Amino acid sequence: MTITDGRQTEPAIGPADPVAVDQWYALTALDEIPVGRAVRTKLLGVPVSYCRDHDGAPLAWLTQDSLPAGAPVDARTLDAPLPTMADYGYLWTTVGEPGGALFDIPETAEPDRRILNAGTFGIFTSGPRAVENFLDMGHLPFVHPGVLGQQPFTEIVDYQVEYRSSEIYAVNCLIFQPKAAAASTSGQMVNYTFRVPHPLCALLYKSTPEDDVRLDVIGLFVHPIDDGRVRAHLFNCLLDTVNTDGQLRRFQQGVLAQDKPILENQVPRQLPLDPDAEAPTRADKTSNAYRRWLSDLGMTYGVVASTQPGL
Amino acid sequence: MTAPEPGSLLHPVASCADLVPRHVVKARLLGQDLAVWRADDGFINVWADRCIHRGVRLTVAANDGAELVCPYHGWRYSNRSGNCAYMPAHPSDAPPRRLRVPAFRSEERYGLIWSGGSPEAEPPRLPHLEADDTLVLRALPVNVPPDLALQGLHECSYQLGPAAGDAASISCDSAGPFAVAVTARTGSTEEIVVHFVQPVDGGRCVIRPVMRGTPAAGRRLSILRHHARQLEELRARLESSAGSRVTVRGPSTALEPLPRPSTTAASGRAPQLEVSVARKWLTAEGIAAFELAPMSGQLPSFQPGAHVDVHLPNGLVRQYSLTNGPGLTSVYRLGVKLEPDSRGGSRCMHDSVHEGDTLQLSEPHNNFPLRRDAARTVLIAGGIGVTPLLAMAQTLERQELAYELHYFAQSDDHLAFGEVLEPLSTGLVKHLGLSPDQTADEIEKITHDYGAASHLYVCGPGPMIEATRAIAGGSGWPDDAVHFEYFKNESELHDTSTFEVRLARTGRTLMVGAGISLLDSLRDAGVDMPSSCEQGVCGTCMATVLEGQLDHQDVFFNDSERAAGNQMLTCVSRAAGERIVLDL
Repeated sequence: MTITDGRQTEPAIGPADPVAVDQWYALTALDEIPVGRAVRTKLLGVPVSYCRDHDGAPLAWLTQDSLPAGAPVDARTLDAPLPTMADYGYLWTTVGEPGGALFDIPETAEPDRRILNAGTFGIFTSGPRAVENFLDMGHLPFVHPGVLGQQPFTEIVDYQVEYRSSEIYAVNCLIFQPKAAAASTSGQMVNYTFRVPHPLCALLYKSTPEDDVRLDVIGLFVHPIDDGRVRAHLFNCLLDTVNTDGQLRRFQQGVLAQDKPILENQVPRQLPLDPDAEAPTRADKTSNAYRRWLSDLGMTYGVVASTQPGL
Repeated sequence: MTAPEPGSLLHPVASCADLVPRHVVKARLLGQDLAVWRADDGFINVWADRCIHRGVRLTVAANDGAELVCPYHGWRYSNRSGNCAYMPAHPSDAPPRRLRVPAFRSEERYGLIWSGGSPEAEPPRLPHLEADDTLVLRALPVNVPPDLALQGLHECSYQLGPAAGDAASISCDSAGPFAVAVTARTGSTEEIVVHFVQPVDGGRCVIRPVMRGTPAAGRRLSILRHHARQLEELRARLESSAGSRVTVRGPSTALEPLPRPSTTAASGRAPQLEVSVARKWLTAEGIAAFELAPMSGQLPSFQPGAHVDVHLPNGLVRQYSLTNGPGLTSVYRLGVKLEPDSRGGSRCMHDSVHEGDTLQLSEPHNNFPLRRDAARTVLIAGGIGVTPLLAMAQTLERQELAYELHYFAQSDDHLAFGEVLEPLSTGLVKHLGLSPDQTADEIEKITHDYGAASHLYVCGPGPMIEATRAIAGGSGWPDDAVHFEYFKNESELHDTSTFEVRLARTGRTLMVGAGISLLDSLRDAGVDMPSSCEQGVCGTCMATVLEGQLDHQDVFFNDSERAAGNQMLTCVSRAAGERIVLDL
């Protein structure tokens, strides 16, 4: 597969937003994809299909009438497949021409890491709203009480937001958590680092009960079905020798099940980028940075673009 | 006659019966989504259905009887004003008053809640109905534009008669631009149902029928059933005949939210709002209580710990803490102790201010804010110092946060606001008739075991505050966990020094001479500094210091804040050296 760098022309398919179109998106966890049978979905509103071939390699293509859902697929006869990658346990594809490789998660190379898709959630929201929720500390005591936060310990002390090689990092984010991970046995002040390497993917690094130095890595990889519907994949890359996959999944799914009704009650579903559209506070520095970053990238899909000039 | 603009009229948005206690009801009017809720004091709030912070619908918020609490980040919004009352991520900050959910008018009539409209609009007054004697029938949403629904109601009125409809003669007339009255006569009996049409948006409406009079209990259910069935049939007909019409779901006309409570802009120490004394009573030995109501509109929002400047008829300006708990937003409630050596303030409040009088106030200032993220909150009140702590105790009580209110007073007769203390029974501890030494012993017992995330608030006579700060400090309470508010600054003030002040933002330099305060010098130079007590107590005239040694003469800062030397109160404090630089 070749990837061409840079592109001057408008995208042939999908929304008129080259920023959104020219990205890799995680469609589904590899081990959940049927072999040799077509699955239909949409990506940025574009009908796409996917499966794995008999060698296990992922395939994706623009949906064709001749291959309805469940139809047998032969990789050798498939016409004009979309580019695909198998990384971090997911099938990644694109309907545009991403100008590079996927962001790196160096921790995935460590042999003792537990890497799994802890859950895929369909949520009626936009990709940027889902990512912003993942980056948000202030909601933890209210939306995940007794797990990722606890009232009345609601203060968000000042933290730092930095840009490193065109990614956003928020560091020294502290919050009291009664049960920070599936392997936790007691409450603790937890130090988070957030990282946004992709408009619709975010990672967080947090201390783990099982290692004094290394950090657990949890990711949110958003598959935008359209600008008001997503499938949100929760990626786990953990240091955990205690829990079964089932227990890890149950923990993360319990968390996301608490976020879903909040996200589905946000109006508008698209993320407003205008700084005056919603009232931020100091605790919202990461989300402010994310909104500004999307604005600077020129992202228009899944957002309400800023009307303010010069941003 | 041209039809009035829908946006200029009041329309029904809900039935009064929909407003179940501690619930939030969803409504939509002219394209605006609304969250409608009744507070425990009976006030009905009609707000935009959207948290201003991160856009979550407020119809999924919790109604605690006094405030709506957004489920996402716990932002709290006050009854009446819609002002943000608390942001849990920033427990020591008073939210700026501009943080406010747009609020709309709310009126009750004929068993319905009315909203929208121009400020002078009134809910309709119809000859067909009597205000307090109606039966609200089942409301029906219809997917047709309001004008089609009104037309359909006229054309099909013959179908909308009473259950025993055979013998009835039915007539119908317009009861205003958005209602159709149907009158059915059978012999000598007459049944009148007014069908109000709520314009939801360009393509939808809700028909809200209201019947005149209260039917006998035995007939009620059959009447409700009958009319519900008839209206169902009407809906089916309307929707099928309107099928070809394009429906617009967007806003047809924008709803105008209520303006924020009107006060003149804050400037210097000038009063900003006018209130009337709605109630005055003796709440304890030597303590008069006042309830101050706005002359028009609503009072500005406040947080527990806030005070207002009262501009007295005799020209003096005095600061009094608001005792209001959350939910009491219709009046400011103050307590004023008659000081035996009154310099004219408390004497005037006791003797010369009467019910019905008008007073000038500042907006509430809050330099004694309450954190609500503590594992333990200790409130220590000495005498009339209870006033700000009452506001705090009621707030903590309502949020089910643990607290202790230690109220030191001479006797039971000296305990103010008994009606407020009564429901606080779990957190209230009374300490009566103690000597200063006994008081110190009690405070020692209260504060001896400091634990993390504990906060102490003390207000009372100066010596008691001094003692409490010293005792708590000795027991390991850090400065930033001990919060205090003095009534007055009893230290001797020195204003004989002369110094230079450089204003970093404007680049100007001015001289402060002996006998003149820094605050006055700044004002003479055209800097509009807010102030309140002007004696180093309240903290309103604070300035950030960029350079220079300070001669602190206030009783506002704690020792660590003084040592940091980056803030000063301009009313009493001065430069210790020859020059300071302020961030002004």
